[in-house]
Amino acid sequence: MMKKLFSKMLPKSLWVYHANVGACNGCDIEVIDVLTPYYDAERFGIKLVGSPRHADVLLVCGPVTMQVLPYFKRLCEAVPDPKLVFAIGSCACGGGIWFDTYSVIGGVDKVIPVDFYIPGCPPRPEAILHGVAVALGLAPKKIAPIDASDGFDTLHYSE
Amino acid sequence: MFRSKIKEAIICLEAGRVTLAYPFAPAFIPKGFRGLPSVDINRCVGCGGCASVCPSSLVEIVDEPDRTTITRYFERCIYCGRCADVCPEMAIEMTERFETATNDIRDLHVVHHIYMATCSRCGRCFSSQTPLDPPDYRSFKGTRLNRLGVEST
Repeated sequence: MMKKLFSKMLPKSLWVYHANVGACNGCDIEVIDVLTPYYDAERFGIKLVGSPRHADVLLVCGPVTMQVLPYFKRLCEAVPDPKLVFAIGSCACGGGIWFDTYSVIGGVDKVIPVDFYIPGCPPRPEAILHGVAVALGLAPKKIAPIDASDGFDTLHYSE
Repeated sequence: MFRSKIKEAIICLEAGRVTLAYPFAPAFIPKGFRGLPSVDINRCVGCGGCASVCPSSLVEIVDEPDRTTITRYFERCIYCGRCADVCPEMAIEMTERFETATNDIRDLHVVHHIYMATCSRCGRCFSSQTPLDPPDYRSFKGTRLNRLGVEST
């Protein structure tokens, strides 16, 4: 019963904790932008909180650097379940241009499972809002995998 | 002090509603905005120029016997537009798509297969064969040669 109650309550008020795990501050500024009255993510019940223990959602920006990794793991443990993890920015999604650098893990999903990916360098505030809307079920996701080939295979193969 | 408060209130009321209606209305996209690159596979010749200039090395090119598979991992794209600049065939174009949020990382992977002719000396792929080119029997070794009804040597 409690689980049902929580699953009903969670999308009404996503309290977010914002974690910078080695980002260049570009994504952080866009996250702050989303919370301003101009974009106003608070109308969806999103509120920035100061402690991971109060949070439902972890907004992670940046490729996970080696230095921040133990603290990031501790932070993930501090967020109570059920939790959502948003990877914001290309660095958090797949490592960005640092994906194979020596001092970087390269992507948040190598440390903890990620629920929503919002790529961009940095993502536009609208892109972050769209990610939030997709998470809340207000908008459909507008991207699908592509597996295409040029028409020459029919030229070579009679089958 | 009271006067200044009234002034402030007037300024706020004059501004009206400033919040964007974004998720329920289309967003304003400034001119020259670079969004997700789109690749026209019919124009691509598989030269690998995009792979060599990409700062995040997201283009992976694998030469198979008769085709080249180009996999793009757009989750780490930084939207710099260098691939669009360097492409000799203008196959890559920066679109205005920015709504790339997804719950599955595989939505951002783009796989393209380009069917290529193979070099008769080294066996590597080069640009696509057209119907006007003479058949290159060495590249038809094995399965393709048999399908054409030619005895393999």
